[in-house]
Amino acid sequence: MSSLSVLIIASLLLFCFISALVGIWRLRWAYAAAVTGVALALVAAGAGLYRVITDGEQRHFLGGWPPPFGIEYVLDHLSAFMVVIIVFIGLITIIYPPQAGLYHTPRRVVPAYGLLLLLIAGLAGVVVTGDLFNLFVFLEIYSLASYALITLGGDRAVVASFRYLVLGTIAGSFYLLGVGFIYFSTGTLNMADAARLLPPLYGSPTIMAAVALIVIGMGIKMALFPLHVWLPDAHSYAPPVVAAILAAIQIEVAAYVIVRFMLTVFQPGYFIDVLPVTTIIGWMAAAGIIFGSVMAIAQKDFKRMLAYSTVAQVAYIGLGIGLANPLGLIGALLHILNHAFMKSCLFLVAGGIRYQTGLHAIPQFAGLGRKMPLMMSAFTVAALSMVGIPPTAGFFSKWYLVLGGIEAGNWVFVAVILASSLLTAVYFFRMIEKLFAAPSGGDPAVEQAREPSARILAPIMTLAVGIIVLGLINVLIVSYVLQPVVALLP
Amino acid sequence: METVYSLKPLLAVLVSLVAVIFIVIPNQRPNVRESWTILAALAKFALVASMLPLVLAGKSPAITLFAISPGISLALRVDYLGIIFGLSASFLWIVTSFFSIGYVRGIPEHKQTRYFASFAICLSATMGIAFAANLLTLVIFYEILTIATYPLVLHRETPEAIFGGRKYLVYLLTGGVFLLFALAFTYQLSGTVDFQAGGILPAQTAKSSVIMLFTLFLLSFGVKSAIMPMHSWLPTAMVAPTPVSALLHAVAVVKAGVFGFARAIGFIIGPAVLNESGAAGFLAALTAATILVASLIALRQDNLKARLAYSTVGHLSYIVLGLSLFSPSAWIGALLHIVNHAMMKITLFFCAGAIHVRTHCDNVSQLNGIGRQMPLTMAAFTIASIGLAGIPPVNGFISKWYLVQGSYDVGQMVFVVTFLLSGLLNAGYFFSIVVRAFFAPSDKFTRFGEASPLMVVPLVITAVLSLLMGLFPDRIPYFFQLASSAAQSVIGGGGP
Repeated sequence: MSSLSVLIIASLLLFCFISALVGIWRLRWAYAAAVTGVALALVAAGAGLYRVITDGEQRHFLGGWPPPFGIEYVLDHLSAFMVVIIVFIGLITIIYPPQAGLYHTPRRVVPAYGLLLLLIAGLAGVVVTGDLFNLFVFLEIYSLASYALITLGGDRAVVASFRYLVLGTIAGSFYLLGVGFIYFSTGTLNMADAARLLPPLYGSPTIMAAVALIVIGMGIKMALFPLHVWLPDAHSYAPPVVAAILAAIQIEVAAYVIVRFMLTVFQPGYFIDVLPVTTIIGWMAAAGIIFGSVMAIAQKDFKRMLAYSTVAQVAYIGLGIGLANPLGLIGALLHILNHAFMKSCLFLVAGGIRYQTGLHAIPQFAGLGRKMPLMMSAFTVAALSMVGIPPTAGFFSKWYLVLGGIEAGNWVFVAVILASSLLTAVYFFRMIEKLFAAPSGGDPAVEQAREPSARILAPIMTLAVGIIVLGLINVLIVSYVLQPVVALLP
Repeated sequence: METVYSLKPLLAVLVSLVAVIFIVIPNQRPNVRESWTILAALAKFALVASMLPLVLAGKSPAITLFAISPGISLALRVDYLGIIFGLSASFLWIVTSFFSIGYVRGIPEHKQTRYFASFAICLSATMGIAFAANLLTLVIFYEILTIATYPLVLHRETPEAIFGGRKYLVYLLTGGVFLLFALAFTYQLSGTVDFQAGGILPAQTAKSSVIMLFTLFLLSFGVKSAIMPMHSWLPTAMVAPTPVSALLHAVAVVKAGVFGFARAIGFIIGPAVLNESGAAGFLAALTAATILVASLIALRQDNLKARLAYSTVGHLSYIVLGLSLFSPSAWIGALLHIVNHAMMKITLFFCAGAIHVRTHCDNVSQLNGIGRQMPLTMAAFTIASIGLAGIPPVNGFISKWYLVQGSYDVGQMVFVVTFLLSGLLNAGYFFSIVVRAFFAPSDKFTRFGEASPLMVVPLVITAVLSLLMGLFPDRIPYFFQLASSAAQSVIGGGGP
């Protein structure tokens, strides 16, 4: 028994309200309260991960009601790993100053911090809960918060947000329907309990339909090609901090749900051999990697390029799930972590460029590298990691994925991973070349550009250094956290 | 070889990385900035040279840092092969550093801080490649080298330079992708990626797997080694400043590709397994064709650096051809040619750079009578040309002798003929320049006027060393002994 999992959610939700209340009085306090709340949650999440590594699974029965009657929160290796990523990226993005990260619209900053905390709380809740219906509740909490946050990006963002709302609600309904089927068949909503009751029912069409509904619902949420249509608009029009959270952790949480159902709610063999779930996810992902990379090459707007890059990168995670062997799944889970660092770093850089110069299209960036060397070297590190250049973190997720692909004998997937490295190189080196080598066109916005303030730089540099450190210490993460997770695979 | 724990391989890698921090300190005087480069170069060479006695005694300094993937560590280990590459690259960095200072100030070049910083990173990566104890460590440094060279290739930032940089990246990153595949495939086949003389592939590996792995290595290392048809990035990359072409495109980067072949053939797949698969014959044929075609193209180049670039393409294939023949003599010749070609070709590039800075002439047809203005430069050019044509007493003769002998040993007369014919072609495209320089009349170059001593002294040093290494192949600094020990450990199975 450990209440650390509850502390994470409680501190996020509590400070969500505190931030909104004190913000009415003093704007600055909303920021301070939000940072405090996430920092406390990070401490709890870090302690939780440590406890899981040393003592194993930590369970907490809410209100003292034992399952299957009450809701339980479970921290195991997978959920502790995810919750640390969520809260850490949440903290880094919340620290990022609102004038650059939220397009500084003072009247909206106060509710924005409340919503950001609500978003992070929802994401963390999905990950720590051990209850199928409670997962749906948190899913809707974070979805609603994100619909509202995207609209901060302006008029076009409102339309994008509405589109996401329609598709996101469909996805949520699919999930709820799937859970409903499971509930009617087994009479329980507790994951561990369902896992015990489900095996005799594996032949039942109801359960098969439930799996299909849940996977499609989460496929929409994680923007798995061709269910990605809502993503490019939503991510490119959202303010940088919101886009960073959406791309770095929100869609990965949907991938987590699929992995959770595959590994613990059902037996892995059911998803791999009985139903062709992993195979289908794998091929959708392979197509998505190529599609996302090619579309990213075609973009001129920096954030839109990043959005399509997200379609490709999240498909790496899908590909790892599709490989359905330990090495492939390690690659997928490690890529959740690595992609969170890389993509949030890149979106925060986009916010920094826009705040300092007002520019957002790549062709206008010529010569910026000289003007803001520190921020642009952080960008370069993140870009090299996206391409998969060692010793950055991105290389190692690719390395495990390639190993998994060879072990599975799936040469098409191996070829896709390798080819996409080259496509990724095309769109990132195109920008590196613009930043550092292209002659500046005499644009006054570029000529007068200066390195941003330390408050903007600090989160970006932390992430950039993190990308290299994560690459060097990947063995620690793999052996202490991820190998126990994939041990569940046959 | 017996392994002894030593910090020196790590220091040899890190010293220039640390220097980068000092080089990029803003607002320091150029002389102070360049002194960091020189200090790092001297320290690096001293560190590498200090490991030579140990290696000659049959011990290999090694250090294992930490695990970087389950079961694979980031590890450095200096063996015969590694120290040959490490010694030559670290020594030539010293002379190139002095030459670079003369060159960038003579032009003068822009963004010199970026230039010297990238150069230092490249040298760290080169040492990492030379001393890597396993394939994963090698791949990490190999990719760092690829990326760190990119800013040097597009240094001039002209449209041609940017195009050259793009082409460079397309070729080299594609090679890098195949290398990642080869690395993962090696791991799946043998369960380890540690280099071991004689190879690590299990004897019962399927023939098709061996051929596939070898093809992957060919597609990855073949790009940096500029084996045709994967060579065309190299002539394009000649838009880089001349010291970059000299050290990176004649010594460090391209030799990293060749060195990769030596590791892949001798230490991963193993000569015995590879010989049985028959795949090496394809590589031998490809490199033989490259030697001849590149030499023929070089004959037709008017731009001096382009001619040198195609000559480099040909000579790199000398080395890879030697490595693919599985005879001890051919391996000795190939490994010696890594050093000898480096010494001679860097001399030639230095000469081209000195001529460019002094006269702004880049084409062979403009060089009539330049020997009267720059006699020392052109004398050095002549020595190196003699060597590359394989004529004694310059060091190129020694390596070529062993290469020819090795081809004869395995009964491949066609390669004997290839080497001899290529020697003639080399003489053709180099001696025409020498004849022009000294004997053609000119009204442009009449007065004596060498480039600055910072440029002339390095090129005289490398020319004299080429000559001395030809006269005393085993005196300085035991390269012959190192090469034969390496060849014996690989081909003879086990070590001395």
